[in-house]
Amino acid sequence: MDYLTLLSYGDTGWGDEIAHGVLYTVSLGVCTLPLGLFMGFFLALGINSKEPSIQRAAKIFTIIFRALPELLTLFIVYYGGQILLNLLFQKVLGTSIEVNSFIAGIIALAFVFSSYASEVFLSAFKGIPQGQYEGAFALGLPWFKTMRLVIVPQLIKLALPGLSNLWLVLLKDTSLVSVIGLTDTMYATGLAARNTKEAFLFFALACVMYLVLTFISSMVLQSIEKRGRRGELS
Amino acid sequence: MTMQTNYVADAILDARPRPDSIKNKFFTGSKITGYFLLGIWIVFFVSIIWFLYDSYDADYMARYAPKYLYGFLTTIELVALSVVFGGLLSLPVAFGRMSKVKLFNRIAFGYIYFFRGTPLLAQLFLLYYGFGQFRHFWQDMHLWWLFRDSWSIALLSFTLNTAAYQAEILRGAIMNVPKGQIEGAQSLGLPKFVTFFKIVLPQALIVALRPYGNEFILMIKGSAVVSIISVYDLMGETRRAFSQTYDFQAYIYAAIFYLVCVEIIRRLWDVIEKRLTRHLRRDNS
Repeated sequence: MDYLTLLSYGDTGWGDEIAHGVLYTVSLGVCTLPLGLFMGFFLALGINSKEPSIQRAAKIFTIIFRALPELLTLFIVYYGGQILLNLLFQKVLGTSIEVNSFIAGIIALAFVFSSYASEVFLSAFKGIPQGQYEGAFALGLPWFKTMRLVIVPQLIKLALPGLSNLWLVLLKDTSLVSVIGLTDTMYATGLAARNTKEAFLFFALACVMYLVLTFISSMVLQSIEKRGRRGELS
Repeated sequence: MTMQTNYVADAILDARPRPDSIKNKFFTGSKITGYFLLGIWIVFFVSIIWFLYDSYDADYMARYAPKYLYGFLTTIELVALSVVFGGLLSLPVAFGRMSKVKLFNRIAFGYIYFFRGTPLLAQLFLLYYGFGQFRHFWQDMHLWWLFRDSWSIALLSFTLNTAAYQAEILRGAIMNVPKGQIEGAQSLGLPKFVTFFKIVLPQALIVALRPYGNEFILMIKGSAVVSIISVYDLMGETRRAFSQTYDFQAYIYAAIFYLVCVEIIRRLWDVIEKRLTRHLRRDNS
């Protein structure tokens, strides 16, 4: 069969399925990113905290999710979440519930992302001089405003290179969700490969798709980084 | 000489009591949050232990414990072999990347870009299913034994993958060695070969030590994906146990195995690093 027919849109080709898969991969990454950043930031704050109990609680989280394989985290969140929610719902409401695998995927990826992101934020926190906190305190800013107006704007610039690395890792990790049946790039190309017996073509296409996504995101991240440096003397 | 103990300020001003706002309070917001979070963890761990205790089954243990151990050894074997082979392969790649010959540079760059830019799972599928499609070609080349077996494919793709990452680590570390070191060696008349092995490499490897450790841990975690192409490593055995019994404890035992394994390696690496960088520390602790 002609390769172009195989890759075309419509009933005979797999182009539309794969395009949907790529879109799914991107949306999974984009949905995970804010959750992961948010959790990672608060984990870093926790590890930086003066209160030892908060420190310990945050550290346990990062140790666990940095040591577990992403695939295992995914299974634990997916199946474990299912069992736990079913248990709760049967006790309380007497009905069972199906865990949405998209949400399970997002949560698992966000756990992994946030525990690595906390490390990036921590080293970025170290780059902010103590005087910035003291200055904000002297101006009478409350904690939240100190964070929002003084610390975070500087933190983002310091954390950006590490976070862009993590984004690329996240994009690659999303390929694992095909195992719990989400129709991402890997799933779509795998389906096409099984149905057409053209495994090499479709898996090579999957690799190319990920390379394109990586390329586009590194371009975008570079321009953001450049924008962040526009205040500095070159 | 005795320390001066009288301060002028002491003579003039009485010490003030601490303001209320920074008095040691018993219940502060952060303390309550901290203990609350720790409490959640404790409940979590206790319930996991209770769950394991509750679902303990001697038959299950007798059946799956040897399989887990075997899977664990498979994982370790796979990772150790691929890290060593990948380390060897990373040398030409790293030198290609640093080479002034444009062709070598481009090839090494392309190799690294491909293997770092695509997911391990996609590489694994490409090698296993994709290359498996050209069965007759491999049979003619007498290489079919390599592409038929999922274990050797896993080893091959891991080796190729980690070689790309290790090449970048090595390149970064070598570039990090100050130029004066090489110039110093040259002014002593040392040949290039000796300069590299006796002066550049030892300093580079110290810088590269931590990234190498991270790469090792990432490989252990990444190796879990081979279970998808039916290699029975730790993750593969876990998935098999779960699919046969639908008993969730399979995943918990796997998590404990991975957690302990990674934590041991992390601690071990800290010790190695402390030992190898002892000449760089000022304090003799």
